[in-house]
Amino acid sequence: MKQWLHPGFWVALLIVLALGLAPIFSQNAGLRETGFTILLAISMAISLNIIMGYTGYVSFGHVVFYGLGGYTGMYLMDTWGAPLPLAVLGGGAAAALLAFLLGKAILRLRGAYFALATIGVNEAVRTFVSNFKPFGGPTGIELQFSVYKQYGGAADALWLTYYGVVGIAVFALVFSYYIKTSKFGLGLMSIREDEDAAEVMGVVTPDTKTLAFVASAFLPGMLGVLFFFKNGNVEPSDAFRLGFSIESLVMIMLGGQGTLLGPVIGALGYQRLRGLLLTSDVMIGSLPLKDFQLVIAGLLMLIIILFIPAGLVGWLRQRFAWLRRILV
Amino acid sequence: MSILLQVQGVIKRFGGLQALTQVTFDLPKGQILGLIGPNGAGKTTLFNTINGVYHPEEGRIIFRGQDVTKKMPYHLAKMGMARTHQIVRPLNELTVRENVMVGSCFGHENQNLSNAARIADETLAFVGLAAKADQLAGTLNVAQKKRLEMARALASHPHLLLLDEVLAGLNPSEVDGMIQTVLNIREQGVTIIMIEHLMKAVMNVSDRIIVLDYGEQIAEGSPSEIVHNEKVIEAYLGDPRLAERLMEEE
Repeated sequence: MKQWLHPGFWVALLIVLALGLAPIFSQNAGLRETGFTILLAISMAISLNIIMGYTGYVSFGHVVFYGLGGYTGMYLMDTWGAPLPLAVLGGGAAAALLAFLLGKAILRLRGAYFALATIGVNEAVRTFVSNFKPFGGPTGIELQFSVYKQYGGAADALWLTYYGVVGIAVFALVFSYYIKTSKFGLGLMSIREDEDAAEVMGVVTPDTKTLAFVASAFLPGMLGVLFFFKNGNVEPSDAFRLGFSIESLVMIMLGGQGTLLGPVIGALGYQRLRGLLLTSDVMIGSLPLKDFQLVIAGLLMLIIILFIPAGLVGWLRQRFAWLRRILV
Repeated sequence: MSILLQVQGVIKRFGGLQALTQVTFDLPKGQILGLIGPNGAGKTTLFNTINGVYHPEEGRIIFRGQDVTKKMPYHLAKMGMARTHQIVRPLNELTVRENVMVGSCFGHENQNLSNAARIADETLAFVGLAAKADQLAGTLNVAQKKRLEMARALASHPHLLLLDEVLAGLNPSEVDGMIQTVLNIREQGVTIIMIEHLMKAVMNVSDRIIVLDYGEQIAEGSPSEIVHNEKVIEAYLGDPRLAERLMEEE
């Protein structure tokens, strides 16, 4: 239990709480929208970090859980009239189930082969959903406006989704820290460092990896439901956008993979940068700078891999030993 | 004396290469078995086959009375088999203590984290690495990494320990320290199979020796029987006088 007294955990928790509570206290809708985007990104990055940072399996398909979870939740609300909390849990469960089934199959692959397989899975699920009638096929699912009535109208529903994302972000952080400091987490990190050596020491790698994949998948499944509920509709091209996976990856690498705080800092930094780019009026020749958002993400990833592969938090921990006490 | 491990007619092929041919032996509890032979004789392959990294094409392996021929390395670890690697495999980004805790947590005692931390510290003291416990494993030198391999294996409190060239690459004083450590481990009642090229060490420490050559078991016996065995001299030791010198140095 002593791990809960570690200052590093509280530093990370305070950052997430400060980000999450500021819009609630100010009751400012603009701040709330920015906060929603940032907390969504933080939760995505924290959850991806479980399979990528702790276990060492780089996944380009994290968005598949977000998309499938979102679709499942929207379907539950639209067709069965499920209340939002139930739909969110349903989305998480669907994502977890997919991860469990996939885990048994593709987690046997290592390194680049696993990464490629995750892209393939995302494309396959996207194609399936585009042709799946109950999910609306290529046009997706659009919620009736009346659905929002039970939550006190659209404006209140927006606040409700915001509380939801704050809750998920806080839970994600606590969950991630719990895993990192648990025996299960030690098993994951031993797999990351040397999977064959871990097996020889008794880590039951197939089960451990599958469980890590499930733990990493259910949060994006829940987030997808919140996002598309807020959005009002879901379409295959929005739900399974590969770019979102890549952005989550960049955020983790920016902050420091395998650390608790890294995904938080990385997501915050990346989203701030993205916000600045999207709203800037600067032109490069005849093209506006805001069209270059993914180009900049790519460049950023390149620079990080070349110069600070450990990410910001990892680099600080290596460089300043005393910081290890407050950054985990 | 009861038998801990039985290897019965084990055959392992890699494509057209016969890596192990009909290897058969029984290992009683508490013994140290030396495994020697030229490079490429199949010693490490035999280790990999015993601990489930490879599965043999034919033959059976029985550990603690159970047929484990088709088991995976983690099953065997949970049953109380531990090993070190010839080429060290530290978990670089974890601390030395965490490395050893993995052995204790996931080995056959299945310890929780706080017990594992205690056992790790005891084990590190035993192999002489206590001062390095909080360093990252990647920062250790080769001799220390060999000791770390040993500590990780020992922390699971195994019934059977497979040591793959723990003396290779160590300087003479480190070798003496490591031999003493191996003898101390046996004192604790752990059965050991060791692969070793350093003849002086293997002759001194082993109760019994098996010699492999091109995957075949060409001799088995006590150290003094082995050094006088003509096949062994021809295949491995080379010079017959060398063999006598080895025995004299005891």
